[in-house]
Amino acid sequence: MRRFGGTAIVILACIAIWQLLYLYVGDSALASPLQTVEKLSVLLRTGDFWIHVSETGRAFVLALLIAVLGGIALGVILGLGRLAGDVAEPILVTLYSIPKIVLYPLVLLCFGLGMSAKVAFGVMHGLIPITLFSMNAIRQMKPVYRRTSQVLRLTTLQTALTVIVPAILPEIISGVRLGFSLTLLGVLIGEMFASQRGLGFLLTSAINLGQIDTIMAIALLLTVFAIACNTLMMMFDRHLAHR
Amino acid sequence: MSAAASEITVKSDAVKQMPVEQPHVALRGITCVFHSRGRSLHALGPVDLSLTKGEFFSVVGPSGCGKSTLLDILAGLNPPQTGTAQFEGKPIQGVPDGVGVVFQEDASFPWLNVHDNVAFGLRRAGVDPAEIKRRVDYAIGFMGLKDFAAAYPAQLSGGMRQRVCIARTLVLQPRLIMLDEPFGALDQQTRLIMGDELLRLWRETSATILLITHALDEAAMLSDRVGVMSTRPGTFIDIVETGWDRNRDSRVVSTPHFGDITARLWEKLRVEALKMMSTSETRSS
Amino acid sequence: MRTEAVLRFGIVALLVATVEILCRLHVIPVGVMIAPSQMAVELTKILVSGEFSADIISSIVNVLTSTVLSVTLGFVAGLIIYSAPGLRAALEPLLASYYAVPTFIFYPVFISLFGVGSGAIIAIAVLLAVVSMITATLNGLDRIPRVLRKTGRIYRMSRIKTAVMIELPSAAPSLFTGIKLSVAYSFIGVIASEFILSGSGVGYAIAYAYNNFETPRMYALMLLIILLVTGVNTLLNGVDRRLQSQRRR
Repeated sequence: MRRFGGTAIVILACIAIWQLLYLYVGDSALASPLQTVEKLSVLLRTGDFWIHVSETGRAFVLALLIAVLGGIALGVILGLGRLAGDVAEPILVTLYSIPKIVLYPLVLLCFGLGMSAKVAFGVMHGLIPITLFSMNAIRQMKPVYRRTSQVLRLTTLQTALTVIVPAILPEIISGVRLGFSLTLLGVLIGEMFASQRGLGFLLTSAINLGQIDTIMAIALLLTVFAIACNTLMMMFDRHLAHR
Repeated sequence: MSAAASEITVKSDAVKQMPVEQPHVALRGITCVFHSRGRSLHALGPVDLSLTKGEFFSVVGPSGCGKSTLLDILAGLNPPQTGTAQFEGKPIQGVPDGVGVVFQEDASFPWLNVHDNVAFGLRRAGVDPAEIKRRVDYAIGFMGLKDFAAAYPAQLSGGMRQRVCIARTLVLQPRLIMLDEPFGALDQQTRLIMGDELLRLWRETSATILLITHALDEAAMLSDRVGVMSTRPGTFIDIVETGWDRNRDSRVVSTPHFGDITARLWEKLRVEALKMMSTSETRSS
Repeated sequence: MRTEAVLRFGIVALLVATVEILCRLHVIPVGVMIAPSQMAVELTKILVSGEFSADIISSIVNVLTSTVLSVTLGFVAGLIIYSAPGLRAALEPLLASYYAVPTFIFYPVFISLFGVGSGAIIAIAVLLAVVSMITATLNGLDRIPRVLRKTGRIYRMSRIKTAVMIELPSAAPSLFTGIKLSVAYSFIGVIASEFILSGSGVGYAIAYAYNNFETPRMYALMLLIILLVTGVNTLLNGVDRRLQSQRRR
């Protein structure tokens, strides 16, 4: 209980700063914490809003699935081949630090407007960190694990599934935690430009209409969602550490 | 057989030679108690100890008996709760001048090459550059690091890095050198060789040496006297005089006398080690 | 080391050549993508004409400002958090979740706070970059071996001397990693903000070219960003690798 007490105080302090900032800049620039919560509860009671949420949710789940599975598979392959990893790592790091938004027009031209562009954009953001984390985890894994699996005469696939993935699970979770938020970011950005549905679209229209309370309500919803999922993943990670 | 006999005669000579004067290091009634989270832990003492100038003294004891705490007190890193600690007749407050310490962990600075590591303390002390160069070159040569002066610690083996730390202490020409399990992380052969080098250093500098170790053979081979400590709270339960010649080296391990010393140390220590293990078992269960 | 560099170069060259051929054969329609060689030609034209110089300079200045701000703020915040364990325990769960928050959605708020100019752009970039510097600072300070601080005391060094001559160099590799990440996140933050909402900078120029169907220009600017990021990244990684290899045990 004492462990979370401090965190609770910090969160309260953030809300207090938010309120003070609101008092300072006024209605046009910022919605107060209370207004935001009220707006959010109004939104959550409208059917239309849920259509947008489910649209974003579908794109996000699909993108995350591809990013996680693809990232782990790619990471394992690159991590196991020493040379392949050495060749690929700087390329991946550079790709990671490129502002992917500039590639947005290209994605649109390839996939057209709609679901697939959003998913592609989400995957572009989320895949690389997961790949990098899994790859580096394998490269830093104790060599004795692989030698043990050789002694046990496991096939490559068996080694990957029964030895390597469990051994690097904590790092995979760290990668997925980062990949999770970046995928969400990618999907939202995708929706902001190339969609008529989804939370990203709602954000764009709210920005254009200057509905600051809607923007803040969506931001709050996404923040709470993201932190909740992240906390769950961290708890899972800690649970693994205790095993 | 004759070797053992001659060692014993040397021993009695050595005892006679020890001058009766003010001790180089003197501890009287030292105790140390740690407090954390409302619990107090009696870590050390009461301990009384006098070291003669130029003596090689080792401390052996079960793990967690307060050996390192004793060193921290002597180095002025940690004040005792009770008792007095003196170095060269002056009470120890803060790190005294003329004291060098070599730690068990690798304390070489990874961002400096060997030469700069060894020169670090001298530069801090504001010694003039020509003198720094002379002393550093000597210490590097003495520790057999001549070919590695430009290398970074990461390029060296564990034994070589510990040599860097010893050289870094040596250049300051300390009158009391304390070593806290300096060879603990090294393999047996390297430890014997490092032991020889430590003896060579000791003969050449005529510094007083306090060595903390968990290796009985190391203590028996290197020291003039070995203090055996009890389990926590650590006190000296025995002090064994080895009686080795000043020109000894690691080959004394093949003499029967070495076996006698080690046996006597183990006889005392075995009881303490067993106590230690049984208490740690009850604690963990 | 050499083999990998050669292979890497070969792979990238092969990819570029493939795209080049596909474009030349019109397998990839001109409307979708222009050939890499044409991008390079177009980029040279743009750079020579100086048409986008103001945008390029403004983007670079914003990235630099954001980097300097986030490195400084992150380092100071890291020091403060490190020296207050209670605060640290309270903040740690939030820091770990920080990147889960799509920072970017606060952009409209920053617009209203800082106006449409560079202020909001830099603010969003700093928001994105500062936490990686804080984390790197904490990491670096945590990893200073206790024995090194003890050594400082044996040499009877003052607190400040110990900080400058032992703690700082010992934490340097972690701090550099933080700087590297800050640069990357500053780039992403600045270019993305420009792209989405600003009226200047390279990001905006790309969005503008896209909206007006100026495909060659758009690709030329994309190439510029990719070359810029790759160049900076390669440079920083080189330094990073040297720092790390000096330490690797």
